[in-house]
Amino acid sequence: MKQTVKRIPMPVRYLINTVLIALLVFGSTAYVNGGGVSGYITKVLMVIGINIILAVSLNVATGYLGQLPLGHAGFMAVGAYTGGIFLKAVNASELGGAGYAAAIAAALVLSGLVAAFFGIIIGVPALRLRGDYLAIITLGFGEIIRVVLTNIDDLLGFKLTYGASGLKRIPKITSYFNVLVCVVLTCLVIHLIMKSRHGRAILAIRENEIAAESCGVRTTYYKVMAFTLSAFFAGVAGCLYAGYLGSLQPTTFGFMKSIEILVMVVLGGMGSMLGSILSAITLTALPEALRAFEDYRMVAYSLVLVLVMIFKPTGLMGQYDFSLSRILEKLLNLGKKSKKEG
Amino acid sequence: MADKKEKLVAVEGGVIPERDAGTPPVLEARHLGIDFGGLTAVDDFNFIIGKTEIGGLIGPNGAGKTTIFNLLTNVYQPTRGKILVNGVDTRGKKTYEVNRMGIARTFQNIRLFKALPVLDNVLVGMQGASGYHMGAAVLRLPVYWKQEKDAREKALELLSIFGMEHLADTPAGSLPYGAQRRLEIVRALATDPKVLLLDEPAAGMNPSETAELMENIRKIRDEFEIAVVLIEHDMNLVMGICEGIAVLNYGQIIAKGTPEEIRNNPLVIEAYLGRKEGAAGC
Ligand SMILES: Nc1ncnc2c1ncn2[C@@H]1O[C@H](COP(=O)(O)OP(=O)(O)O)[C@@H](O)[C@H]1O
Ligand SMILES: [Mg+2]
Repeated sequence: MKQTVKRIPMPVRYLINTVLIALLVFGSTAYVNGGGVSGYITKVLMVIGINIILAVSLNVATGYLGQLPLGHAGFMAVGAYTGGIFLKAVNASELGGAGYAAAIAAALVLSGLVAAFFGIIIGVPALRLRGDYLAIITLGFGEIIRVVLTNIDDLLGFKLTYGASGLKRIPKITSYFNVLVCVVLTCLVIHLIMKSRHGRAILAIRENEIAAESCGVRTTYYKVMAFTLSAFFAGVAGCLYAGYLGSLQPTTFGFMKSIEILVMVVLGGMGSMLGSILSAITLTALPEALRAFEDYRMVAYSLVLVLVMIFKPTGLMGQYDFSLSRILEKLLNLGKKSKKEG
Repeated sequence: MADKKEKLVAVEGGVIPERDAGTPPVLEARHLGIDFGGLTAVDDFNFIIGKTEIGGLIGPNGAGKTTIFNLLTNVYQPTRGKILVNGVDTRGKKTYEVNRMGIARTFQNIRLFKALPVLDNVLVGMQGASGYHMGAAVLRLPVYWKQEKDAREKALELLSIFGMEHLADTPAGSLPYGAQRRLEIVRALATDPKVLLLDEPAAGMNPSETAELMENIRKIRDEFEIAVVLIEHDMNLVMGICEGIAVLNYGQIIAKGTPEEIRNNPLVIEAYLGRKEGAAGC
């Protein structure tokens, strides 16, 4: 007996997804801006969004490419300072209307590009070789960035990062709406790349690098490409972070920040975008809810990581990924089945 | 059965089947050798493969057969000698470049993209063929849809050689052993090679699977008009389809010739039977 599975044709799928996403973005923005939630909750939502971008972008390098970068916060720092300095320079808060929007867009793209540039600089030497050099090199990079941000002004006499006292009075451009748009775009772009020949090449390298190269995959190119993509979006997240806080401190972007992001990815399931999103939400919201236990946060993180490694090494979602249309298809087919049985 | 198995003729550098004599050899190794530290794994290895030849590489375990495949695909850089693909020296080329020059292979210890569906394993092999850029992928331009559709159709067609098209969505790692070996061949074919290197393709297969594989290798050669070089311990398979055979022992060629010549060569018999582990070891 051959069961015909009902599939939603491609253009319709895209239409459904577009409508659903637009509804989510504009509907929820209207709700939030209309005073549907408190200012405090809005802030938490923005931080959640920034963390989603960080986790989803790190997942490209860890989950999809199979590398272990330990300096994601370094790229975030590069993006944050680039965005912060740019926004101050163009005096974004004084601009009106279209100029304001353009300044935000430019700051986000520029932050991403500068972070991506650092991604290439680090990725090329570290990824040309087979093996786990990237972990060590990114670990060093994260620390170097922090030290440079702290000292560069004193050393060279710039008035750029303001060293340990921090970069202050950055225009606060980050809103619920532009965080959400960035989250959607990040997830969308990564999803569209992964479901293409380029994404397949990246996954093939994770699965078996020698076999991938023997099949004609330009392994070095794709490793650097995936790593750079990961850095780009970390830079974007950094820019949003700068525009959210309004001031930056080099110490924010230390090793522990990188580990925090890594925990989100590992907990969610390496290679699952949905997993990264869900664990970014959980691991941001939970500590907020349990503020009293702030001191134990890192202990809890470590514990969670160890427990996941023991009981569910593939992460909570494994490599499962989310598809709105697949859920719709399941519902459709369920309906059909029960009709048949009934 | 031996329709395309004809006599070998001498050309410069070695012998190839008579029908290929008019075209230059597709693959050639000259004085190839590699040392690992103090160990000479392969030494003075010479062979040529005709355009549609099925060649065999045999020898006891540890003789250096897999190492030769690794040299031919530039996974290892040779210490001595050179490799020519369609007359072009491959020295200094990356493994993926050698693949795009026309050399595809399978692995003795299966190396599939286990977590990926069967279809995607084949599609990765077609990396070089479809060329849309990342921008086209992100914007889902028509070129993306067209090339993805074409690639998918071609991948299913290749899978149908082994009757595997219904397994397209199965994760490669969950296939039975024999099917995994067949999938590796399909993935290699997807790269549109001129030469297919098969490292023990029948290992772990039962006699009827092996017989079927033999037919399929011949079919692939005829249909795609490519050369095949196979490393194999199953003598029925090797003697059944190979036209020229090279026998390797301790990294050196000890005999070369047609299946009949190899079967009766005392050196070969000694290499196989003179060893304690005997036939079981090969
Ligand atoms: N990467 C390597 N490093 C060191 N020795 C190696 C390496 N690859 C193969 N060898 C050695 O080369 C010899 C030939 O191995 P191999 O080509 O795998 O044999 P075969 O495929 O004929 O069974 C063996 O002695 C093996 O230990
Ligand atoms: Mg071997």
